[in-house]
Amino acid sequence: MKKSTKNIINIVLIALMFVVLYVLEQQFGRRSMLVTVLKKGAIYALIAVSMNLLNGFTGLFSLGQAGFMLVGAYTYAVLTIPMAKRMAVYQYYDGGIINFTVPTIVGIIAAGLLAAVLAWLIGMPVLRLKSDYLAIATLGFAEIIRAIIQWDTLGPITNGSNLLKTYPTFKSVIPVFIAATICIAIIVFLINSTYGRAFKAIRDDEIAAEAMGINLFHHKQMAFVISSFFAGIGGALLAMYQGSLQANAFKSSMTYEILLIVVIGGMGSISGSVMASFLFIACSEWWLRFLDTEMMLFGGTFKVPFLRSGFRMVVFSIVIMIVVLFFRKGIMGEKELWDLYKPRKNKKVEGNKA
Amino acid sequence: MKKILALVMVLVLMSAAAVAMADTVKIGVFEPASGDNGAGGKQEVIGIEYANSLVPTVEVGGKTYDVELVIVDNQSATDKAVSAAQELVDAGVSIVLGSYGSGVSMAGGEVFADAEVPAIACSATNPGVTSLCDYYWRVCFLDPFQGTVMANFAKDEFGAKTAYVLSQLGDDYTTGLATYFAKAFESMGGTVINEQFTEGTSDYTAYLNNAINGGADVIFCPTSTTVASLLINQAASMNIAMPLLAGDTWESSVILDAAKGTNLTVCMSTFFDENDGNAVAAEFVQGFKAWLNANADKKTNNGGNDIVAAVSALGYDAYMVAIEAIKAADSIDSVAIAEALPSVVTNGVTGSISFDEIGDANKDMAYIKKANTETVAFDFVKTQTVAELAQ
Amino acid sequence: MFDKILPYLLSGISVGGQYALIAVGYTMVYGILRLINFAHGDIFTAAGFFMVYIATALPVQIAIPLVVVLTVLLGVTVERVAYKPLRSAPRMSVMISAIGVSYLLQNLMWYVTGGLAKQYPTIPWISNSITIGKATTKVVTLITPVLTILLVIALVTIIQKTKIGMAMRAVSKDFETAQLMGIKINSVISTTFVIGSLLAAVGSVLYFSNYTSVTPTVGAMPGLKAFVAAVFGGIGSIPGAVIGAFIIGICENIIKALGYTTFSDAFTFALLIVILLFKPTGLFGEKTSEKV
Repeated sequence: MKKSTKNIINIVLIALMFVVLYVLEQQFGRRSMLVTVLKKGAIYALIAVSMNLLNGFTGLFSLGQAGFMLVGAYTYAVLTIPMAKRMAVYQYYDGGIINFTVPTIVGIIAAGLLAAVLAWLIGMPVLRLKSDYLAIATLGFAEIIRAIIQWDTLGPITNGSNLLKTYPTFKSVIPVFIAATICIAIIVFLINSTYGRAFKAIRDDEIAAEAMGINLFHHKQMAFVISSFFAGIGGALLAMYQGSLQANAFKSSMTYEILLIVVIGGMGSISGSVMASFLFIACSEWWLRFLDTEMMLFGGTFKVPFLRSGFRMVVFSIVIMIVVLFFRKGIMGEKELWDLYKPRKNKKVEGNKA
Repeated sequence: MKKILALVMVLVLMSAAAVAMADTVKIGVFEPASGDNGAGGKQEVIGIEYANSLVPTVEVGGKTYDVELVIVDNQSATDKAVSAAQELVDAGVSIVLGSYGSGVSMAGGEVFADAEVPAIACSATNPGVTSLCDYYWRVCFLDPFQGTVMANFAKDEFGAKTAYVLSQLGDDYTTGLATYFAKAFESMGGTVINEQFTEGTSDYTAYLNNAINGGADVIFCPTSTTVASLLINQAASMNIAMPLLAGDTWESSVILDAAKGTNLTVCMSTFFDENDGNAVAAEFVQGFKAWLNANADKKTNNGGNDIVAAVSALGYDAYMVAIEAIKAADSIDSVAIAEALPSVVTNGVTGSISFDEIGDANKDMAYIKKANTETVAFDFVKTQTVAELAQ
Repeated sequence: MFDKILPYLLSGISVGGQYALIAVGYTMVYGILRLINFAHGDIFTAAGFFMVYIATALPVQIAIPLVVVLTVLLGVTVERVAYKPLRSAPRMSVMISAIGVSYLLQNLMWYVTGGLAKQYPTIPWISNSITIGKATTKVVTLITPVLTILLVIALVTIIQKTKIGMAMRAVSKDFETAQLMGIKINSVISTTFVIGSLLAAVGSVLYFSNYTSVTPTVGAMPGLKAFVAAVFGGIGSIPGAVIGAFIIGICENIIKALGYTTFSDAFTFALLIVILLFKPTGLFGEKTSEKV
């Protein structure tokens, strides 16, 4: 009875969210900055949550996220470019060698699957490594993936290093949120399952977890593959958001940005990652924009110092450093938003469990 | 879910609804001010700014509108270009000018098409800019033409049989132009050695050695100016005797500074020459130089001298085309302007401009120039037209 | 045949020497703090920009020492501000802080320079051209390996013979015991950063004299490669890092010579992964076991 009430509340809240989104889009127009930020924020939320599953919940410090996003984005774009446009897109490769097009939804799922398969292959050797060695190895793999995709021998498939575009994109904010909500819900579900508890046990103490009968490699591999699956889908959504795609953008700095989002939100908090994503995107794309333009005050007599192109990112990175150094737990720590609203009694029960 | 609601509330409060000024028409300037193509982007912007200083208003429906330039920096990167384009759309521009660099134009094109805002590329030469986007027009020639011009030049001028072609991975301008050069050169019976470097490469000596060992007669390297300065510097220290050929980006003071005092032969094709005979061009050159010399910061953006870059001239022309289109549409609505744009015909600094059905300007002439390493200026070599190539 | 290979070898050795000077900084910091100092590549870039700006006002002879001093100050400041407060935090937090510093430095340099490439000043003599056999190159190409080896010999001597060197070795062996034995951990760590930044500054002068344009992200790739060199040689081992750097520099150029230019960067990472999988301690690294 209690569980079903909770489910109903969740469904109502989600429905409410979509109503609000619809109203906002009608009110401000789908090209307004607000809607743009919401779209990109939702995509980054999904990617950040997928990274958090690995870094925050399983304790695997992986820096390969950009590589898996790249695979997802390319899979989607390559499979969905309309036949009529292929000749112009693959202008140096005589139209490429792929002569079929799949529906959008198939493309998105394929994006996730290919990223997952690749993660499975990479995970086999790499997941035996510990902490920073794992980080640097995954970072290396991401760079190798980028080099392979840019290789011009694969040009008939990937268009070499050149821009891919004209694949289907979404016009409204609603489908982005539907995709992101479903994916994040699946991750939440997973984390609350037996597997999720095993992941957390591995994070807290590998040796103890192994002693309790958790198959370390199997679970690490699983977390890695699932995280990459959703990173792949996130990559496909990002490609749709951007409208054009190039391997060059998926550098290690992209992984760092996502890692910083995860840290700001709190390692091990889904709702933290989601909030941090929206905050991060809103700040970098919108709210801090004014720092990049010169400003005159008092009728043009006083020029505000420092304000010019690039200042936004400086302020932004200083704020991030402050969070990293002084608010190490981020916005949420390991808590979830819904924990805060729980009645007292529940909290006590949870305290006992821990 | 409460968090999203809370967040939405915050967003709503923070979003200041941009109230458009009653009698201003906004023209977006979509150019790189930083990154690899920053130097060239700045030169294109000053061309547009100069045009704006000459024609600061436009008559629409019997009312005079002030033209406001909204300048954004697309950082020479395709992913940053999307945000920059969105910023322009959000600012409510009626038409967009730019960008220097084909890749960023192609990336931005998706955003402009989605928002139904027409864009005019000043110097983006890749065919994909217009062919893949219904809302992009351009006022310059295309890479298939430019590549053919340089291939012919390599063969006729230097008697080249083997060409070493170097391009940057992930950059549509350089890979495109390199491909079309290679196609043309091979169709004339030449041999091509094709190689690519990755973004951020500093060491070009290995590539130059590959060119020497491959027995190349010329090097065709249509790179960004940032790469060019490294490449020229290293070629000079290696005493490379082969001529270095490139496309329009190399007509920049960055190249002149790098080649100063060396023994290198550096040639490039471009859109325009300062000493061109026609009256419109002469008037522009004179006015533009005076304007540069009067505005110190604009002169800095031009590279610290008053040499007129072709991209500045194209920026000027694109602005004038945009103004004509607004007049022809008799509206500041972007969709109306997009409808009026294809039939606009102007007599620009870089020649007469009219559009074909894809949205490309009917331009048929390229200027070939050579960097003079002693006088630190560009020497005019020759012009080449489509008709001449056909023979 | 040799004439054809020689230029590649020359530039390979030269690049290798420059990587080596950066790699030493990585390997020493890792040896002592178990931290991959992601910001090290950006400190190298910052040294390049210091030179660009100082050389406009002062002659090169004065500018070079000034650049070295400023770079050392920057390196030590980064340690004090971003790593020291996290001394007792988990390793992951310190690494994230390093990534944050790298992000900050890059954005700061972007802001200061306006995101445009800056031309590095010409340093007399070492920027001149010189011909060996049939290969023509810059003098700096030849000086780099010599200077690198001299500096590294000096460094190894310091570590083997002096008191502070002994303290460094003790700290890298066992952080806590060294502390208990009365070694001033913080001064040892600062010294490490001083040495690392100093070598990075020298490396940057050599590197940018060869490749004369400085952009905010130019240090990222050499930084990563130097790190791979450090891992390859066995992280914590200075001679290992130097040998690793030379091997990477030479291999990279040979790969380019063979025509696989797309993969010259990817090769470095492939090498890294192979090493991590088959000999995680690198060529000369000491075997350590993870403590429970």
